[in-house]
Amino acid sequence: MGNIVIYISITMLILTLLAGLIRFVKGPSIVDRVVGFDSMTITSLVMIGVIAYLSNRAIYLDVAVVYGLLSFLGVIIVAKYIQGGL
Amino acid sequence: MEIIGQIFLLIGSFSLMTAAVGLLRMPDVYNRVQTGTKASTLGAIMSFIGLAFMTYENWGEVNWVGRFLVLVIFILITNPVSSHVLMRAAYAMKIPLSKLTVVDKLKEDINNKVLEEPKDE
Amino acid sequence: MKTKNIFISFLVLLIGWFLLTWTLDMKSVLIGIGLTGMLAILFCGSCTIFSEIKLTPKAFAYTFIYLIVFMGELVKANIDVTRRVLSPSLPINPGIVKVETRLKSKMARLILANSITLTPGTFTLEVHDDAFYIHWIDVKHAEEAQATEDLVRKFEKILEEMYG
Repeated sequence: MGNIVIYISITMLILTLLAGLIRFVKGPSIVDRVVGFDSMTITSLVMIGVIAYLSNRAIYLDVAVVYGLLSFLGVIIVAKYIQGGL
Repeated sequence: MEIIGQIFLLIGSFSLMTAAVGLLRMPDVYNRVQTGTKASTLGAIMSFIGLAFMTYENWGEVNWVGRFLVLVIFILITNPVSSHVLMRAAYAMKIPLSKLTVVDKLKEDINNKVLEEPKDE
Repeated sequence: MKTKNIFISFLVLLIGWFLLTWTLDMKSVLIGIGLTGMLAILFCGSCTIFSEIKLTPKAFAYTFIYLIVFMGELVKANIDVTRRVLSPSLPINPGIVKVETRLKSKMARLILANSITLTPGTFTLEVHDDAFYIHWIDVKHAEEAQATEDLVRKFEKILEEMYG
């Protein structure tokens, strides 16, 4: 029972990643690409959480924390660059 | 306990998926930011809460709850900031709003010289 | 006022330390207190945004109420947006409306703007003096007074109690 739920949610997460990737490749403007990338990042944070649960290692969550921090900085810097402030 | 966690995880990943559908279907950048990055906030938070419930057997030995809490608080603080900055950048780039848009008070006020255009400070 | 800034940032940092280490071991707690205290004293003497927080029981109670109200709004708005996204005809009606806020304190405005942004369907695009320009996915009222009533009041009432 437990495993089925995990598999279903992993499938949904992979679909989400794919949608983000499509938006990332297709997006007409640069902001669209950044939005797709941001969505992919959040999905992969959840994915790292699921993997940490499956392999039973809490230490993987530290990776998620640092990854979230870096992606936040990345989005801010790209937006700043678009506005011409960098 | 385990069941509660699984329900939360399912709701969370479903919410993430609807965010992705919105990301694909919406007509312009602003609506994409609306659905794409913010519906996913609740999805991520729900999933983390669910995962935290699912690991309840090991709460005593290993630090699961604290790390999940840090992640949740972190997402709650950073996500609105980053999406706001993105949207402002899109508006400063003058990406047109979609045809469905009914009203744009910001543009009216810029034209009436109530305030100057948003740009870098 | 400076001590209060330092004290509140010290508390926030210390909570972060405890969440990450998750232990009450004497050595770890002492290191944490030393490190966070040093950081707060060195860098947060001028964090004026913390000086508006009130440390009274009433403020704490209202913070709690605010969290509950906010979570309720978040879930409600999420269900609404999910319905819009999944329905085949895509019933959206976007636009940018202008609302006014009565709040004066910086921290309260920050929380208000972030709450509006986090609730799906509404989005703070620009802040100018007392006016917030909000991108709304389903514009019900384009006039300022009605939109303010709809979007801002429910959060503002509680925030006024919290920050005065």
